[in-house]
Amino acid sequence: MQFSRRRTLAMGLGGFAVTLIPIPVSADMQALITDFTGGADLAEGPLQITAPDIAENGSAVPVSVTCPGAKSIRILAPANPNPEVCTVHFGPLAARGMASTRIRMAETMDIIALAEMPDGSFVQAAVNVQVVVGGCTG
Amino acid sequence: MSSSDIRPRVRVPRSASVNEVVLLRTLITHPMETGNRVDPDGTVVPRHIINRFTCRFNGEMVLDMEIEPSLSANPFIEFEASVPESGEFAFTWIDDDGSVYEESASISVS
Repeated sequence: MQFSRRRTLAMGLGGFAVTLIPIPVSADMQALITDFTGGADLAEGPLQITAPDIAENGSAVPVSVTCPGAKSIRILAPANPNPEVCTVHFGPLAARGMASTRIRMAETMDIIALAEMPDGSFVQAAVNVQVVVGGCTG
Repeated sequence: MSSSDIRPRVRVPRSASVNEVVLLRTLITHPMETGNRVDPDGTVVPRHIINRFTCRFNGEMVLDMEIEPSLSANPFIEFEASVPESGEFAFTWIDDDGSVYEESASISVS
């Protein structure tokens, strides 16, 4: 295999893309994820998290999750003293599977969302939010 | 905090067309005490949060939310519902202390 300049650059970009995929590491987090998924595999899917890049005040960070057709969505803030934020179950009239709320964030972290799809599979998404002043101790 | 300070508020459109997706906004004044906070004389302030929120339309579930202490004080919850007919949205907030706060709003669908 020849390492052309172009190929080397492409490999570098590939490595960068891999680091973007959220891999929850802590055992507590894994327990919260397994509690929701029952140990099922997590894929990428139509689940979207909308949150600010930078939150001035960690005591109320607006977060919106959307996953058309989802049965339920769990939001996790891994670095919080209580990493579980909420679990939303959508009923038959829930339209597009959207919920928006404000959450506490102790520090800068990746917010994780998990969604259960109608076919019983699970998808995940993560988004990084920089927190200027943490909002869990006040 | 006495329960009279805890006031739910909802914003629901007055009218919509059949099966239109409407945006519902809810807010309840509540301290959402996490149970992690220590007051100045060193005692831990006990956890006191809204632990569940539900919204039904004419008895049918729209949204059922389990809430943990990481949700902000004065929980604001915004979501969508599709409305097949005229009727009433019923919202409930369930407190750790057993209180249930309720609010309702009707919508005319044509």
